[in-house]
Amino acid sequence: MAGALRSLSQRPLSKAAQPAQLRTTAPWLPGRLLQSVPPLVALLLAGPVLAGLAGVVLPAFGYLPDLGGTGLSLQPLRVLLDQPGLATSAALSLAGGLVTAAVALLGVLGLLAATAGTRKLALLQQGLAPLLAVPHAAAAVGLAVLLAPSGMLMRLAALPLGFDRPPDYLFPHDPFGLALMAGLIAKEMPFLLLVAIAALPQAEPERRLRLARSLGYGRIAGFTLAVWPSVYRQIRLPVFAVIAYGTAVVDVAAILGPSAPATLAVRITGWMNDPDLSRRFIAAAGALLQLGVTAVALIVWRGIEVLAGGLSLHLAAAGTRLPHDRSLRRLVILPALIAAAALIAGLFAVMLWSFAAVWRFPDLLPDRLTLATWTRTLPAALRPLGTSLAVGAASSTVALVLVIANLEALRRRHLASLEGSDVPAYLTVALALPLIVPQIAFLFGLETGFLALGLSPSLPLLISVHLVFVIPYVALALADPWFALDPRYEQIAASLGRRPLAVLLRLRLPMLLGPLATALAVGFAVSVGQYLPSLIVGAGRLPTITTEAVALASGGDRRIIGVYAVLQAALPLLAFALAASLPALRHAGRRGMRA
Amino acid sequence: MIKGLALEQVRIGLGGRALVAIDRVVAPGDVLTVMGPSGSGKSSLLAFVGGFLDPSFAVEGRVCLDGTDVTALAPEMRRIGLLFQDALLFPHLSVGGNLAFGLAPSIRGRAARAAAVTAMLEEIDLTGFEARDPATLSGGQQARVALGRTLLSAPRALLLDEPFSRFDMSLKETMRRFVFGLIQSRAIPTLLVTHDPADAQAAGGDVVSLGDAA
Repeated sequence: MAGALRSLSQRPLSKAAQPAQLRTTAPWLPGRLLQSVPPLVALLLAGPVLAGLAGVVLPAFGYLPDLGGTGLSLQPLRVLLDQPGLATSAALSLAGGLVTAAVALLGVLGLLAATAGTRKLALLQQGLAPLLAVPHAAAAVGLAVLLAPSGMLMRLAALPLGFDRPPDYLFPHDPFGLALMAGLIAKEMPFLLLVAIAALPQAEPERRLRLARSLGYGRIAGFTLAVWPSVYRQIRLPVFAVIAYGTAVVDVAAILGPSAPATLAVRITGWMNDPDLSRRFIAAAGALLQLGVTAVALIVWRGIEVLAGGLSLHLAAAGTRLPHDRSLRRLVILPALIAAAALIAGLFAVMLWSFAAVWRFPDLLPDRLTLATWTRTLPAALRPLGTSLAVGAASSTVALVLVIANLEALRRRHLASLEGSDVPAYLTVALALPLIVPQIAFLFGLETGFLALGLSPSLPLLISVHLVFVIPYVALALADPWFALDPRYEQIAASLGRRPLAVLLRLRLPMLLGPLATALAVGFAVSVGQYLPSLIVGAGRLPTITTEAVALASGGDRRIIGVYAVLQAALPLLAFALAASLPALRHAGRRGMRA
Repeated sequence: MIKGLALEQVRIGLGGRALVAIDRVVAPGDVLTVMGPSGSGKSSLLAFVGGFLDPSFAVEGRVCLDGTDVTALAPEMRRIGLLFQDALLFPHLSVGGNLAFGLAPSIRGRAARAAAVTAMLEEIDLTGFEARDPATLSGGQQARVALGRTLLSAPRALLLDEPFSRFDMSLKETMRRFVFGLIQSRAIPTLLVTHDPADAQAAGGDVVSLGDAA
């Protein structure tokens, strides 16, 4: 063929030589309006984060005219560093992020290594997916009710061990932050597991495992050395997000974390809400320190990555095969199973508490069940519940529309080869920013900006701030199915004379109804679970079910805590249940639409 | 005016390498078969004619339909039908819904459109299949629905991309007779890309081999 076409190849056809012809080959060049969506989305995400950071830096150096700070000084930083136990608070935050991510990731690796390529994994995936919907605060409350001295675990232990008073240990609020880490690990392990399972097919687990085992490697060694590196590379952003979240979380740390001193983020929140407004300078300085702590955690993690990568290469070069790993396999799945079991058992215990009349230690069950707590608590809970529902529905719907327009713009641009990859770099950064930059580091600055602009707390304001956190997760949930749809469907539709908008509305969206519903539910769950944005932007005037649940969690009555935790968990769980059943209803009798 | 599908001085190259050079007219009802090993640019030629070619390809020449230059038109404005080796029926629509999706908008009114769908189902030997789920059809039935869907859009030309390669021997025979019969009776100029010489023989038209002819 090369010979036959030599006469042609002597006049090379290059793009540069044919500028006038090029236009004709991409007649479906995307519309200008659609193409303005990706930059807009990036601005919507990065704008508040960067503006909020700027709004923190100035007060941290003493500049906040509303509170009389007109000059720059190092005074706020000095006062911050003089706070008792500050180093301990920072160390707790650092450890919280790193230990959580490391243990959760090892648990995920263990579970995948032991079950990849077996039917157990598919079962686990289905079983664990609902856990993703459980808000952090509800999970933390559940764990507290499970593991506290008077909790379910000790009630189970009381009879065989023969004690009838709660033992004396500190949980939650232990000084080392173990309860906090346990809570975060239990909640983040299902998240990382589902992310890893989604990334698994691209690592070709079946073929690589078969190959490794034919070379004499056991399942665990084969998976860890041949498959896991490709999986990990794909889930780095979620792992970084888990680390950043762990270093700066407020709601879980308030419920489970140490109190003397508390973690850095909890103390910053305290300073921010202090009636003494001059404390806000310390809060701003603290927010800067928090940013540094999170950055250090990520840098340390980068070091751990290098070490782990080296170890993996070393083990592979040494040919470490671990051939008979049956008993080891049973062992390495335990962390993930324990985490999932703790989460589920905690939620059940919480639910039981909300219906309990009297429930003395060490009774395993309440004396009797009653609706009294519910009828007493529900009227006051309705308004925050309505706020959560409205903000969640609005922010997830707006996010879904924006993400659809964004992905469609990227897809058409990719078709027209205006971009080498599916997602331009600036958008990747903008999507990652709200997940990596600690909320407390920029929300405070954002609120200061809102005050300066004269914006008072309102539902639209709360919805737009929620959008910053909802959009990245909706985009993450929808991107893969969006780009995976066979492009030939749309080529056929175009050849049948259908315009791009009709193709989008009549083919792409209906065919992706399942992923769209899931993405919407993910967005809703993310919004409902938000604590800090609702607390800071709402400024006490827009309580949500989550801010109320966290506020009550430090109080004493487990029955009322139970009602709020159940309500908080019920909202996203219902959303996921709806999302799962909607496509089946809409596309009943269409076998090709089953997942 | 030249009737049919004219490929005028079409040249396609990629990264300085020439792939395809063709200058042909396909008369209404005729099938021009393009053969060649994989990588020879057969699919690029189809994509160019259909309007889907990636702009990283360098192209020269024009595609004309009944004397009108369509090279600069968007795919949905060309009215050039496409058939792949997979039927690619839209899974969320019924068989009738798939056909109605293809039916030209010039046919208006619910009753008229339903009648057109019913008539096409008869023509492809699937009478009464309107409400069926496409996923429950056999491979041959799905291929016939895909063909009917394309024909209902009243295409001015057809592009067939290895349309029979998924079928077993006996079904191939039947489908070839069926497809080429309809193309002839409706006088649609057709470009067929295949690597199976039996397809070319059944099509009966000229054969261009991208391996050794320009």
